[in-house]
Amino acid sequence: MTDAIHTAGLAKSFGSTKALDGLDLTVALGEVHGFLGPNGAGKSTTIRVLLGLLRADAGQVEVLGGDPWRDAVALHRRLAYVPGDVALWPNLTGGEAIDILGALRGGLDRSRRDALIERFELDPTKKGRTYSKGNRQKVALVAALASDAELFVLDEPTSGLDPLMEAVFRKCMEDERDRGRTILLSSHILAEVEALCDRLSIVRAGAVVESGTMADLRHLTRTSIDVSTSRPVAGLDQIAGVHVVDVDDERAQFDVDTAQLDEVMRFLAPLGIRSLVSRPPTLEELFLRHYGDEIAA
Amino acid sequence: MTDLTGTGTLFRLAARRDRVAIPVWVLSIAAMVALTASSLKRLYPTRADLVHLAATVADNPAVVAIRGQARGLDTIGGTTAWQVGWFAMLAAALMSLLLVVRHTRGDEETARMELLLAQPVGRYAALAAAMAIVVVANVAIAVAVAAAMTAYGAPVGGSVALGTSIAGAGLVFGAVAAVTAQFATTGRAASGLAGAALGIAYVMRAVGDVKHDSVGWLTWVSPLGWAEEMRPFAGDRWWPLAILLVVASVLVLGAVRRQGARDYQAGLIAPRPGPPRASRLLTTPLGLAVRVERGTFAGWAAGGFAIGFAYGSIGNSVKDIIDTSSQLQEVFIRGGGDVVDAFFSTTSMVLALIATGFAVQAVLRMRADEAGGLAEPILATALSRTRWAASHVAVGLAGAVALTAIAGLGTGLAYALQGGEAIDIGRLTWAAVVQTPAVWVVGALTLVLFGLIPRISVPIAWSVLGGCVVVSFVGPLLGLPDWVSQLSPYDHIPKLPAAPFSAWPLLALTGIAAVLTAVGLAGLRRRDIG
Repeated sequence: MTDAIHTAGLAKSFGSTKALDGLDLTVALGEVHGFLGPNGAGKSTTIRVLLGLLRADAGQVEVLGGDPWRDAVALHRRLAYVPGDVALWPNLTGGEAIDILGALRGGLDRSRRDALIERFELDPTKKGRTYSKGNRQKVALVAALASDAELFVLDEPTSGLDPLMEAVFRKCMEDERDRGRTILLSSHILAEVEALCDRLSIVRAGAVVESGTMADLRHLTRTSIDVSTSRPVAGLDQIAGVHVVDVDDERAQFDVDTAQLDEVMRFLAPLGIRSLVSRPPTLEELFLRHYGDEIAA
Repeated sequence: MTDLTGTGTLFRLAARRDRVAIPVWVLSIAAMVALTASSLKRLYPTRADLVHLAATVADNPAVVAIRGQARGLDTIGGTTAWQVGWFAMLAAALMSLLLVVRHTRGDEETARMELLLAQPVGRYAALAAAMAIVVVANVAIAVAVAAAMTAYGAPVGGSVALGTSIAGAGLVFGAVAAVTAQFATTGRAASGLAGAALGIAYVMRAVGDVKHDSVGWLTWVSPLGWAEEMRPFAGDRWWPLAILLVVASVLVLGAVRRQGARDYQAGLIAPRPGPPRASRLLTTPLGLAVRVERGTFAGWAAGGFAIGFAYGSIGNSVKDIIDTSSQLQEVFIRGGGDVVDAFFSTTSMVLALIATGFAVQAVLRMRADEAGGLAEPILATALSRTRWAASHVAVGLAGAVALTAIAGLGTGLAYALQGGEAIDIGRLTWAAVVQTPAVWVVGALTLVLFGLIPRISVPIAWSVLGGCVVVSFVGPLLGLPDWVSQLSPYDHIPKLPAAPFSAWPLLALTGIAAVLTAVGLAGLRRRDIG
């Protein structure tokens, strides 16, 4: 077993709605895998299938070498889950909720638990109904992180956290990665994914449309270049793969398909480059490239 | 009146959200009244038939306790009012209190209200809209009931009085809920408090009616008593309606005052901090289920004990009345057995139905947790679905045993205190506990619904319980065939203490409950969660 998660051709429909439509997802052991997609793309449905809460209509799914539907209980001992929208028992305290979830998973580390409560500045004596969204999220995060899980399945875990707490969360994730844990991080906070993830998959309409490392994905997209030259730039738009944004005599701003970068540099070099700023595509741009038509529509 | 800004919009929103529930309530209540009138007409076509029927039941204190004082039993209208009026009032009251809480504290608790209050919506708009919905629903009940009765040839005056008395009772408990919603911080607690008020009002009316010579005033402090005192088809008195309306208005004004003085989401009791760690017990699935259900259990136990106690304290009057009425004596002696015991075998079944309410609620808690997102993180731990469900079912079914025992103990204690013997405490407790296999069957059936058709399990489960109540108390009047009443598991329980104990039906019902539980668990294992 080399993959923590492996799905192939996963399909799931709710009535006439196709939530998953041939989803292939592979998460290697020990990697932090970003799981990106807009609302309704099928992220949460995928996660529920991975947890054995939903049974896929078709396709294969394997989590930590087991079948999440059949081996749910055994697998759940080895993984920790944080839902995107945390519901707590209204009349139990946050501390009680953490202990309950930990105990049901098979025990949690007391000292880790207390340290995490401190780190996330959580008041464990408040009743579930009095917590804000961010604090409910913290309860679920502490419960998950205090366990000694091999695999973390996190569904938009930082929605509702303030920036300080988000930083704490990132640090915790880095610690877990260093301990060799596998993390599936569903999110649409792209900066978070960019900072934490080794690989990522972009899901759209129930299928993964792009998967790879940040570098892989960047290669498929355009680099933005802002260049000043000694001689006027002319004929730049004749080069394949260049998408001119703005040319003003000796200054040009344009995007170029990353694969064509070499040729563009050869074209620019004889013009006498005075300054050149090259900006790799951000995750936002990667993301928008896949969903751009939806925004335009 | 800017404080009422947006009431119209909120009213339409509430109407939209309840566009199915309200018509179902209204039509069910009207249909029940209509069915009773039609079957009475068929079974007792002449005035003499009705008088003969009245002679057999009108003085029976058990029946008076449940239905109220017998009046106008020589007419179809009066007999109908007596036989189903009480039930229609309880139904209208329940509908009204649930509606008001849903659109006030219920929304406030879930913060849906926040979204609305951030709009140009007045402070009292939600309360006003909720009350308006309740007024509309109750007026609809009044109209539907009056129309149904008139259609069966009953006098218009009495028909309107019956419809109005039902609606008046509904309205008052809607107003009670408007007040409890101000003080409780959760919708559940608000409905629970209003429901407790309804229970107390019912018990006061029952005791007042049975012992009207000594504590008849109890009827007059109960809103259900005022509604009863409208005496449809037996004088058609209208002034008790004024009491109902004035009290409802005063309650609503009180709620308005409190609403104007309090913070959003605030109740009477400020949330207190709790333990930072879970106790050892709480971290087991069963312990968690016990903890989650214990508040609900306490409420049902208090209500069950109170109602049991009320029945027990009427027991002696049953004997007195029978002793003085040779006609009744004849009826019961011919039937064989002790009259008081016959009375208590009926009340034991009522106590069992109360215990069933808890069992159904405990099982349906899983559905609420599933829909509310609480089940997901729990089932993502090493807790299996079977163990999760088994814990809740165990709490529901064991709680039902405890509840029948507590309520039966209430009956026994009260009866012993009123001149019965110490042994009656045990006898009457046992008579109630014997009913539990029937409770288990309904609880296990609820699990089957949850396991197989979770989305519609809640209304169906409560309808099953409602169906058992109808079959047991209204069924004989509707002229239902025997096989229909035999569908109710309570029908098969030995009628202790009047009839001898017999283990076989209990074992059979327990077996059915076990099979249903297995089916429910199997269904739950096979389906999607969420």
